[in-house]
Amino acid sequence: MANYRIAGETGQWEIVVGLEVHAQVISNAKLFSPASTAFGAEPNSQVSPVDAGMPGMLPVINSFCVEQAVKTGLGLRAEINRVSTFERKNYFYPDLPQGYQISQYNTPVVGEGTVYLDMPDGEVVPVGIERLHMEQDAGKSMHDQEPGTTYIDLNRSGVALMEIVSRPDIRSPEQAGAYIRKLQSILRYLGTCDGNMAEGSMRCDINLSVRRAGEVPGTRCEVKNVNSVRFIMQAIEVEAMRQIEVLESGGAVELETRLYDSFKGETRSLRSKEHAHDYRYFPDPDLLPLVVEPDWVERIKQSLPELPDEKKQRFIEQYGLSAYDAGVLVTERETADFYERVAAGRDPKVASNWVTTELFGALNKAGLELDESPIDSAMLGELIDLMQDETISGRIAKDVFEQMWETGKAPSTIVEEQGLKQITDTSELEAIVDRLVEENPTQVAQVQEGNKKVMGWFTGQVMKATGGKANPKVVNEILQKKLGA
Amino acid sequence: MAELTDLTLADARDLLNQGEVSARELTDAHVAAVESARELNAFITETPDLAREMATASDERRAKGGARPLDGLPIAIKDLFSTREVLTTAASHILDGFTPPYESTVTRNLWDAGAVLLGKTNMDEFAMGSSNENTYYGSAKNPWAREGDNRPLVPGGSSGGSASAVAARAALAATGTDTGGSIRQPASFTGTVGMKPTYGRCSRLGIVAFASSLDQAGPMTRSVRDAALMLGAMAGHDPYDSTSVDAPVPDFEAALTGDIRGLKVGIPREYRVDGMPGEIERLWQQGMDWLRQAGAEPVEISLPRTRYALPAYYIIAPAEASANLARYDGVRYGHRAEDAKSLTEMYERTRAEGFGEEVKRRILIGTYVLSAGYYDAYYNKARKVRSLIAQDFREAYREVDVILAPTAPSPAFPVGDLVDDPIAMYLNDVFTVPASLAGLPGLNVPAGLSDDGLPLGLQLIGRAFDEETVLKAGQVLETAADFRHAPSFVAGS
Repeated sequence: MANYRIAGETGQWEIVVGLEVHAQVISNAKLFSPASTAFGAEPNSQVSPVDAGMPGMLPVINSFCVEQAVKTGLGLRAEINRVSTFERKNYFYPDLPQGYQISQYNTPVVGEGTVYLDMPDGEVVPVGIERLHMEQDAGKSMHDQEPGTTYIDLNRSGVALMEIVSRPDIRSPEQAGAYIRKLQSILRYLGTCDGNMAEGSMRCDINLSVRRAGEVPGTRCEVKNVNSVRFIMQAIEVEAMRQIEVLESGGAVELETRLYDSFKGETRSLRSKEHAHDYRYFPDPDLLPLVVEPDWVERIKQSLPELPDEKKQRFIEQYGLSAYDAGVLVTERETADFYERVAAGRDPKVASNWVTTELFGALNKAGLELDESPIDSAMLGELIDLMQDETISGRIAKDVFEQMWETGKAPSTIVEEQGLKQITDTSELEAIVDRLVEENPTQVAQVQEGNKKVMGWFTGQVMKATGGKANPKVVNEILQKKLGA
Repeated sequence: MAELTDLTLADARDLLNQGEVSARELTDAHVAAVESARELNAFITETPDLAREMATASDERRAKGGARPLDGLPIAIKDLFSTREVLTTAASHILDGFTPPYESTVTRNLWDAGAVLLGKTNMDEFAMGSSNENTYYGSAKNPWAREGDNRPLVPGGSSGGSASAVAARAALAATGTDTGGSIRQPASFTGTVGMKPTYGRCSRLGIVAFASSLDQAGPMTRSVRDAALMLGAMAGHDPYDSTSVDAPVPDFEAALTGDIRGLKVGIPREYRVDGMPGEIERLWQQGMDWLRQAGAEPVEISLPRTRYALPAYYIIAPAEASANLARYDGVRYGHRAEDAKSLTEMYERTRAEGFGEEVKRRILIGTYVLSAGYYDAYYNKARKVRSLIAQDFREAYREVDVILAPTAPSPAFPVGDLVDDPIAMYLNDVFTVPASLAGLPGLNVPAGLSDDGLPLGLQLIGRAFDEETVLKAGQVLETAADFRHAPSFVAGS
């Protein structure tokens, strides 16, 4: 991709972006308590005395959450730290019952890794992962229930989060979007986070600074808690513009925390450096250092599914797909599996076209997910089979597809019921051609004078006469023969 | 039969086993004793009805032939242990009305062993103090008095109520907790036996946290055998406390063989601090002689970093406390300031009203030493000192099996004497804090009287998870000292 540049009043600017993603770990129980993590329960119905910060309660690490974090680390091609520590991050807030968040500060469970972004133009952009650490989520303050009163829901208090911190390797809003989507893809493949930003199970903080092309980055700002890919991309654009305007008007960017207002399309200061919290991190004396044994890590590694990058490479090699098509197909594991079922024993490129163009087109139009599709992989495969054995033509196939979508009927049933079988009977088609030749001497003359367009017109007339069921190849042969063109 | 309240825990157990007395009789006698000892202010909450109920259930179990190790024995619980549906205050205004919906592991172990709850004992607020004067519920008093001096004395702290109740015969035994000396020092002040086990021996789950890396529950009793009995019931691995150690709990009572021949007893030269009162020094020498006479071999040892223990402790403990006490914010339970105009004001006033002066002092110290720019100079340095102190002990234990030292630098002092001098108060912990920092078991054994007739104790410090040697040597000291003095105040008399 061409370098992303913002034209300011005084010249070209680049952006330097790092993202911190908070990903909720898929786990039935919380990070340090057995309480449920199910979304959407009655407020305060999934709260253990540990999550409520009751006196004398102690955290006990949930080893499944550790396994999920390690799995994620392996999926990010990152190093796994054999020993990591939990620290207390101290601050007061009503939805933080202990008065501190247990997080990993000095030594995270996962160290450096890399995520590869597949940009639409085919460029592959590596983004460094600095670390992944585990921490507890806080509860939720609800200010809108009753004027002058704040209610606290602690269901989320203590839920396990993975904070995935990227290096400042991102250079455009598109790359930021691609990074988030790639993370979602990897985490969903691994089954370690559902990546659902709308439900808050994935949230993002943006660290952004600007620089004149090729120079060192300036002071960064953090834009907190952005909750959709679109908003992340927008927030990057508007925050970059803001910083450029500040710098170009002779000002200085302040190190501060900002919020993105998606209604107004602007970022606003939340707190400046002077008001930054002193979190007084120190090792949590209630927890021993976390030790993950190399054997255990190795077992997890062996159990990892094929991840998007590997799958994409295989699709390119095994099915001869373009990098772009392969990339589209592997984004979701379910899609890739669907495609592979359709492609099995069939022309893989035809299968890819039908899945990515026809099926995805229809799904998009209807706003449906793949698992809600009225057409399953077996039906789509059967349709391709009908085309490949020349029972129906490609054009008819599209009609059949539409009817499959509407009725959920099998393609063979639709073809049967409506007599859509392709006409390959030469005598029947010859009769039609003969009649056309007889009725249209002018056009015949034009063809014989070498006008190829009119040849097409004849083909169209045959199709019209047969309701599109004529085998185009056979029609062509007959026309060639009869018109001598 | 002797007065029921004057029995040791072991003797009471034996009488119950022999059918000489019922749990109900024993409990009634103690309920009456608790009531008659109210002037000591040793209890924050008395639970006579619950005690009788538990005693009756115990008698029923026994009748069916299913008696447990402590069945029917009435004890007191420091008000730092969460007791299900029984008010649990940590002696703090900020925990007003707090009745936990859960039971601490240690008290559950005790009830599972058949023990009977007499009530919750007074203490220094959040276990911060050495005199039991830092309490929302008024000072607990020592049942002992100086000869010819009626001024009330402190029972020591922070487990002052437990010590006072046990010394005054208002409970057969009690639980305490020890962070820097909170079991051993009050035991020394009241002529009782108190043991801080190895860190990790007893679960901390359900004990209101003061300094998590130091807090440890332990028994307070009138004999070493009783301490062994209690500890056996209290201890054990708890999967819900990550710092509890998965090690078998030995039969501590069986360790009391009386045979310490060949035992090497370390005498740390650095504990001979400047200005140590002659009576303390003489008692220490007497202890060495007793152990030598029993066949042990006193060996002078060096614990070179001892002088840094107290300052390191008064950084680490407040640092952890500053985070542990952040949860008392008025949001979910306990005291909340009324009519606050803002969240910040609610926090500030709740905590200003709810915490006592000493607790506030330690939160301030702890917050300070963890602050950006001070962390390395204070907290991190203190952690390094701590690991060096632990190393001192490890090296010493290559040569010796147990260490003998005084427990406290003085006998009990009058209520009010040190309240305005926190440093003097902190110095009470000078002999107990090193073992706390190293996580080692320590035992106070009453060994003699001061010049003005107050109990003085000696401390034995053992290897990690070697409470058995500590108890064994402790019992030998106890036998040699033959400490039969009773306090001037005895419940029911």
